Amino acid sequence: MSLLEVVDVDVLYGNVRAIQGVSLCVEAGQIVTLIGANGAGKSTTLNAISGVLPISRGAIRFKGQLISGLASHGIVRLGISQVPEGRRIFGKLTVSENISLGSFVRNDWHEIQQDRERVLELFPRLRERLRQTAGTLSGGEQQMLAMARALVARPALILLDEPSMGLAPMLVEQVFEIIKEINRQGVTILLVEQNAFAALEIADQAYVLASGAISLTGSGAELLRHEQVISAYLGEG
Amino acid sequence: MLHMWEMPEPRQLAERNNTIPVILQAMARPMLAGLACGLAGLYAAFVGILVLMHGRVIIVDVLTLGQCVLLLLGLAAGAKSRTATATRAILPDLARGAVAGSVYGAALACGLALFQIAFLRTVLVSLSPELRRMLSFGLESGPAMVTLVVAGGALGVAGSLWSRLGGEQRRATLTAATAVIVAGTLQQLLQTVLQRFSFTKAIGDLLFSWAGLKWQGALLVGAVAAVVGSLWPIAKREFGARQPTLHALLSDNRSAFQLALLLLGLSVLPALAGPYIGQVLLMVALYTLMGMGLNIEVGLAGLLDLGFVAFFAVGAYATALLTADSSVALSAYTSIPALSFWLAVPIAVALSVIVGVLFGLPVLGVRGDYLAVATLGLGEIVRVIVLSDFAAPILNGAQGILQVPRPFVGSVELSSPVSLFYLTLVCSMFAAFVAWRLQASRLGRAWMALRDDEEVAQALGVNLVKAKLLAYGLGAAFAGLAGAIFATMLTSVYPNSFNLLLSINVLALIVIGGIGSIEGVIVGAILLVGLPELLREFGEYRFLFYGAALIAIMIMRPRGLWSTSRPSGAMPGGLR
Ligand SMILES: Nc1ncnc2c1ncn2[C@@H]1O[C@H](COP(=O)(O)OP(=O)(O)OP(=O)(O)O)[C@@H](O)[C@H]1O
Ligand SMILES: [Mg+2]
Repeated sequence: MSLLEVVDVDVLYGNVRAIQGVSLCVEAGQIVTLIGANGAGKSTTLNAISGVLPISRGAIRFKGQLISGLASHGIVRLGISQVPEGRRIFGKLTVSENISLGSFVRNDWHEIQQDRERVLELFPRLRERLRQTAGTLSGGEQQMLAMARALVARPALILLDEPSMGLAPMLVEQVFEIIKEINRQGVTILLVEQNAFAALEIADQAYVLASGAISLTGSGAELLRHEQVISAYLGEG
Repeated sequence: MLHMWEMPEPRQLAERNNTIPVILQAMARPMLAGLACGLAGLYAAFVGILVLMHGRVIIVDVLTLGQCVLLLLGLAAGAKSRTATATRAILPDLARGAVAGSVYGAALACGLALFQIAFLRTVLVSLSPELRRMLSFGLESGPAMVTLVVAGGALGVAGSLWSRLGGEQRRATLTAATAVIVAGTLQQLLQTVLQRFSFTKAIGDLLFSWAGLKWQGALLVGAVAAVVGSLWPIAKREFGARQPTLHALLSDNRSAFQLALLLLGLSVLPALAGPYIGQVLLMVALYTLMGMGLNIEVGLAGLLDLGFVAFFAVGAYATALLTADSSVALSAYTSIPALSFWLAVPIAVALSVIVGVLFGLPVLGVRGDYLAVATLGLGEIVRVIVLSDFAAPILNGAQGILQVPRPFVGSVELSSPVSLFYLTLVCSMFAAFVAWRLQASRLGRAWMALRDDEEVAQALGVNLVKAKLLAYGLGAAFAGLAGAIFATMLTSVYPNSFNLLLSINVLALIVIGGIGSIEGVIVGAILLVGLPELLREFGEYRFLFYGAALIAIMIMRPRGLWSTSRPSGAMPGGLR
C-alpha cells in the first residue's frame, strides 16, 4: 500500500477544470516530484491533497484512509504538511510564533519542544532570529521558516510547492540539500518544482503534469534522459 | 503630500540667473506652509469651534484656548517653512519664517474681510460678533487686517527660530507649552483634586484662580514641565547605570508595569476627584470593557465588526428583563422570579455569547471590507428587532424598560457612580487579564494566524469555524457584561441607546489606542470617552475631533498611540 494515492482526481475552479484525471502514487520514504509548465495545475494538485481545495471527482487516500472530503485541519492531524507556494509565512508574527503555529494540531508539549530543537538544528539561521518579525526575513530565510513551520507538525508526508522560487543558485542548492536531509530523517516528500533538473536529480519517482493531466511518469533518472522532458523542461543542457 | 513641500537645493537655484523666479521658488514652501496653517485656522473659525475654544480660559486675562490654537498655527507655519536641506544661514530662515507667517496672517485677514459681506453674515451663523472680536483685537477692520499680517509674520519668525533650536530645547519648550495648555484646559479637574487636601490646596491656590491658570501659575507649570521633561532622559540613564538589575527588570516588563501604573491611576482618581469625575471614569471603564471585547475580534482575530453594539444591547436587555421591578419584566408575567443583578449577569453574558456565535455563523466566509458591511447590517437588525412591534410585547419597543435595580453588596446598594466605577473597573481588569493571557495562548496564536493569512492558518490545522466563533463569542461576552452594567447604571434601557455610533466609538478608541494592544484600549478610552466628557462644551464637535485625531494618529503613529511593540522592533516599511 502506498503512503499517498491520488486516483483520477478532478478539481474545478467555478466551472473551469484545472486538473483532470490526475493519478499519482507516493511510496513511504520516497522523494516524488511533480514538474510541469506554469499553470499546468501543480499547485492545484497539492492544494487538493492538503484539503485546501475540494475535489469534484476521484479519491485521495493517505495510509489507506480516504482523506478527500476531510477539512484541512483534519488532514494535517493525519500527518500531511504543506509548504505553500510563495512561502506565505505570517509576516506580522515572530519567527518563533510562526514555528509554534506549525505544531498547532499537536498537544504533546515535550515532544514538540524536541522537534522544535531538531528543526532549529536544521535551520541555524532561524535560531538567531527567533524574536524577529517574520516579514523582515530575507526570501531565503522565509523559505527556511516555511519549511520549519511544516516540519514541526511532525508530518509523515510533506508537500513542497516550489521551494526554490526566487532564490539565488547558492541557496537553491542549500534548499535541495535540506530536502534530502529531511527525507533521510524519514519524511516522505512530494515536491513541486520549476527547477526540473534539480528536482529530477533527487527524485525517486517523477510525474510530468501538462494542461491539468499527467503526461509522463517514471523514475527521476529515467525522466532526466527522456527526450520530451529534455526539450520541454531541461532546455539544451 | 510631502513632495509638495520639497524645495530645490539652494545651489541649483544660484546657478540660474533670473532672480525673481528664484525667489518665488525659494518661497514656495513657506507660502504653502502659511497657506496650510491659515486654512486650518479659517476652518476652525468657520465651523465655530474657534469661538468655543475662545471661551475656555488658559491663563486668566492673558490667553484662551482659541488664541492658543491661533498662536500655535502661526508658529507651526514658521517652523514648517524650513526644509531639511536648507543651510544653517539665519537670515534666509528668518525671511522664510516671515513669509510663511505673513501668509498665515493674510489668510486670517481674508477671513476677517468676509465679515464685510453682509450677505455672508446672514448665511454663515459661525461668522458671529465674538469671532469678529477675537480676530480683530477690537480694532477696525483695516487696521485689524494689517495687524494680523504683521503679527503673523512675527509668529512665523518666532516659529522658524524655534525650529533652529537643538532637539532637546525644542522638546523642552514643547513639553512646557503642552503642560500649560493641558493644565489650563483641565483646570476644573485639577482644581477639584488639589482642593482636597490642605497641602495641595496651597499649590492649587498658587497656580489657579477660579477661572484658569494665573500667569505666575502658567510660568511655574511650564518651567517645572520643561525641567522635568529635559531631566527625565538623564535620570533614566543615571538610573540604568546605578541600578542595572532593577532597570532591566522594569524595561523587560515595561508593558506590565505601565499597565499597572495606568490602572492604579484610574483607581485612585475618583476617590480624589469626586463624583463628577467618578461618572466620567465610569464611562471610560465601560468603554474599556467593551474595547477589550472588540479588541479580541478586531485586534487579535482580524474580524472587523461594526455590529458590536448588538451584544451590548443583548446584555443590557437581558439584565433589565431579568431584574427590573416593572410590569414588562419577566417576573411580572412568568413564574421566573426577579433576579438580583449578580444572578442576572451570568445569564446576560451567556445570552450575549449565544448571540455572538449566531452572529458569527452567517459571516464565517466573509472577509475584510465585506465583513465590515455585513456586521454593520447584523448590528442594525438587532436594533430594529428591539424597536419592532413584533418584539414589543416582550421588549416594550421604544418605551424601553424602566426600574432596573442597582446591584447590592450585602445590604449596600452600589448606587453612586464611583461605586459602579469600581465594579466596572474590576470587570475591565478581568477582561484585560483574559485578553492578556489569550494573546500568548494557542488560541491567541491561531487568531493571529487567521488575521495574517486565513488560508495558510487553515492549512496548518487551525479550525476556522471554531476560531472565528470563539472570537465573536468572547468579544460578545465582554460587551454583554458591559451592557449589564450599563442597564443598572441608567436603571433603564431604551432601544435608541444601542445605535451604530456606539460600535464606531468603540472601534475608534481601539484604532487610536493601537489595534491589538491592551493598554491601548485604556488609553483610547480615556482620550475618546473621558476627554470629551471633561470638555463638555465641545460636545457637538466630537466627531470633528475624532476625525482629526484619527488622521493625526494615522500619520504620526500609524500603529496607534500605544502600539504593541513586536519584539523585533523593526517593521517592513520602517514604521514607528
Ligand atoms: N483560484 C483560482 N481561480 C480560478 N482559476 C485558478 C485559481 N487558481 C488557479 N487557477 C487556474 O488553474 C490552473 C492551474 O493553476 P496552478 O496554480 O495549479 O498552476 P501551477 O502548475 O502551480 O503553476 P505555477 O508553476 O505557475 O505555479 C491555471 O490555469 C490557473 O489560472
Ligand atoms: Mg504553482
